[in-house]
Amino acid sequence: MPTATIAGAEVQINDEGFLTEYDEWSEDIGTELAKNIGVDMTDRHWELIRWLREDYKEKGETATTRRVQTAGGFPTKEQFQLFPKKPAKKMAYVAGLPKPHGCV
Amino acid sequence: MADTGNPIIPNFGDDDETDRKLAIICSKGNLDMAYPALVLGNAALGEGIETHLFFTFWGFDMITKSRMYDLQFSPVGNTAMHLPGRDTKMPQSLSPMPGMTQMATKMMKKQIADLGIPEVPDFLDQIVAAGGHLWACRMSADMNNLDETDLRDDVEAIINASDFIEMTDGAQLLFI
Repeated sequence: MPTATIAGAEVQINDEGFLTEYDEWSEDIGTELAKNIGVDMTDRHWELIRWLREDYKEKGETATTRRVQTAGGFPTKEQFQLFPKKPAKKMAYVAGLPKPHGCV
Repeated sequence: MADTGNPIIPNFGDDDETDRKLAIICSKGNLDMAYPALVLGNAALGEGIETHLFFTFWGFDMITKSRMYDLQFSPVGNTAMHLPGRDTKMPQSLSPMPGMTQMATKMMKKQIADLGIPEVPDFLDQIVAAGGHLWACRMSADMNNLDETDLRDDVEAIINASDFIEMTDGAQLLFI
């Protein structure tokens, strides 16, 4: 498994660059990851990312865009505005979580 | 692999100029045949692909206000039919019995809901919110005596076959 130094911390990542250890993530790292993919984090971005991490802790899997809308209360349209084009994967990447498995 | 120092940055394809485009023709009004288009269309949108759904013939029921909540699943003629999650086949002779379609529909709706997957109208709301385009077929509208007022408000237009062919120039096509 490759490691990388992000925001001064050494973290484990997979071959696509997603963090693999839940506890190695920090908000500084999240900011850095967002910067890598051209996303400028606002308060609303953070609300979503924090919710996504909480939900992962509880459910053991990354929420799909559907769940981010129904359980998290972030409308689909807004998800596409915050994380353009590929919201599900981008949100997971910034939150240091695996890509969602679900189809919907 | 050793410590690279530099993180690997996933390629989300933002810089690639892609003109990938997907058009799905929805021609069936059965509950079970409505979902493949919705699941794939939604997935395509989530990958940043321009997606169009074209509703024709029985698929028209998916966007007709008076019918879109009542799509049904019937075991009639479906020799693959078995009870959910089990290998027990249901005898074909039972399929046309009164109440069977209602029961099968109810069971399928529950299975779908249990997975957190929305009902057809909600699913189309999500697809539109994700930037998907909905189109209705001219011939189906004429056959059923329906106009724009009978359809979901987010259906962009009733278009004819040539419009559709023109519009999907270069698109990948799926007929369901």
